[in-house]
Amino acid sequence: MSRLLLFPVLTWLLASAAAASPPPVAVTEVSPGIFVRQGLFEDATAENDDAIANIGFIVGPQSVAVIDPGGSRGDGERLRAAIAAETDRPIRYVVMTHGHPDHIFGGSAFLPDHPVFVGHQRLAGELVDRGAYYRRRLVEILGTERAGDWVMPSLLVSDRAELDLGGRILDLQAHGAAHTDNDLTIFDRQTGTLWAGDLLFVERVPAIDGSLTGWLEELGRLKALPATRAVPGHGPPIVPWPAGADDEERYFGTLAAEIRALLARGGDIETAVAQIGLGERDKWRLFDDYNGRNVTVAFKELEWE
Amino acid sequence: MRRIVLIAALAVLAATAAARAGEDDGDRRARWSDLRHAVFGDRSLEDGAGIITLDAPPRALDAALVPITIDLPGPAKIQTLYVIIDENPSPLAGTFHFGPAADPRELRTRVRVDAYTLMHAVAETEDGRLFVAEKFVKAAGGCSAPSTKDAKLALERLGQMKLKQVGEGPPGQGTGLVQLLISHPNFNGMQMDQLTRNYTPARFIQDVKVTRGDALVFDLAADISLSEDPAITFAVADKSPVPITVEVHDSADATFTQSFEVPGNGI
Repeated sequence: MSRLLLFPVLTWLLASAAAASPPPVAVTEVSPGIFVRQGLFEDATAENDDAIANIGFIVGPQSVAVIDPGGSRGDGERLRAAIAAETDRPIRYVVMTHGHPDHIFGGSAFLPDHPVFVGHQRLAGELVDRGAYYRRRLVEILGTERAGDWVMPSLLVSDRAELDLGGRILDLQAHGAAHTDNDLTIFDRQTGTLWAGDLLFVERVPAIDGSLTGWLEELGRLKALPATRAVPGHGPPIVPWPAGADDEERYFGTLAAEIRALLARGGDIETAVAQIGLGERDKWRLFDDYNGRNVTVAFKELEWE
Repeated sequence: MRRIVLIAALAVLAATAAARAGEDDGDRRARWSDLRHAVFGDRSLEDGAGIITLDAPPRALDAALVPITIDLPGPAKIQTLYVIIDENPSPLAGTFHFGPAADPRELRTRVRVDAYTLMHAVAETEDGRLFVAEKFVKAAGGCSAPSTKDAKLALERLGQMKLKQVGEGPPGQGTGLVQLLISHPNFNGMQMDQLTRNYTPARFIQDVKVTRGDALVFDLAADISLSEDPAITFAVADKSPVPITVEVHDSADATFTQSFEVPGNGI
């Protein structure tokens, strides 16, 4: 049985290896040894290859950790080429900050490196649960060949963990429900850099797929870290910390205050969707695509307070 | 570890091979034709214009929580209201039987929608005529979406209820609409437990009975298509201070009962 299982996967791996390597994507070294490829302020399209999230890697004395392998096979392969252009140290870890497709569908591009795939304890369930749905949606946009695949994490973080890149220690923190219910952040001790993943959106409007109050709580924890800079999941490749969280906190605070006031007046969810948060409209990219859903998620949370 | 990778890769391959159905308008018409015969037999359904309207967002923001509003402006006296979500695994989402204490002019609830679907609301009058309203909704995945993000909280809050005045306005001058919120995960057996990776056994609300004193407001026979933490907004017929009692029965044979003073200073 296991041989039967192995065969198609091996064929696929060999085929991938035989294909011409794509050119490396441009990355910015935001801190010594920390490289970020900035994502586009768009949703996934056939043209952008789902290269819409900030992804990158951290180079240690002995090995490399990928932080989010990208949104598609091509996105992952181009990041892999960028790593090869930068260092010949092996890719030891592929860390997934959460289970959304724009961050993880490049995962299969790193299988030839045999890294340890790392994620939040709840990421495994998230992938079993929604992974096939995410893949189907991405295939509709990119086609089967270009979509790529996520890889199930084998190192699961329930609270904290350390990754050692050969003397360079990364502190991993698993979070409570916030952006999703499987958010993982990375703190690089050497440079005081927080890789915040999608707990931090800058310029692009945040998307709530977990909990509004939980997200505010987790932001408070992150602000207490001795970090001076942060890599957002969407936005510029690097922002000052904790000041970089100001806009996001203001937006969430506005949603919470306006929804609570509406609830006190007897307003229902339809009214909330039509009215809440509109003062923030000019301050964010893709606002109209996400604000209504954010309000829905926040409303059903806050109506039980 | 390699085995995990292989299993994951194969799971994805298998899942992507699954076919999709019910994509075009002809399929949707055929589906409704089957459904209406299953629910109403050979009885004729009349155009509901002026009798019943069904409103829902044309594109749902969250497929696991699609707010719907049914208006029954009268004067026809409505005895029963059926809500049908054609493409859902269990299409008959709810049947409301109205009692003498009901004022069925407006009713709102929140439902799950699993695929782009036609939705139907059918009003049955006291003299047995059926009137139908229809709406097309673009939403997908609402039945299998793991909407509960905090299973522990959901269990602690299980069966808790709230009844509050809705419709914006100062206290005492509201619209006469009250909203019942019931904390219940309404598991439909299609969501995955995130830790055990087993499917969460179905546990959903089957019956919601609302009375005022001894008089029935409505009795709702529900199914797995109601959203998590179901919400039902309804009108209260008179201004008397008689408390409203809610009795909820779920598929695990649990019963939750709570009584409320009518909120909002005697609406």
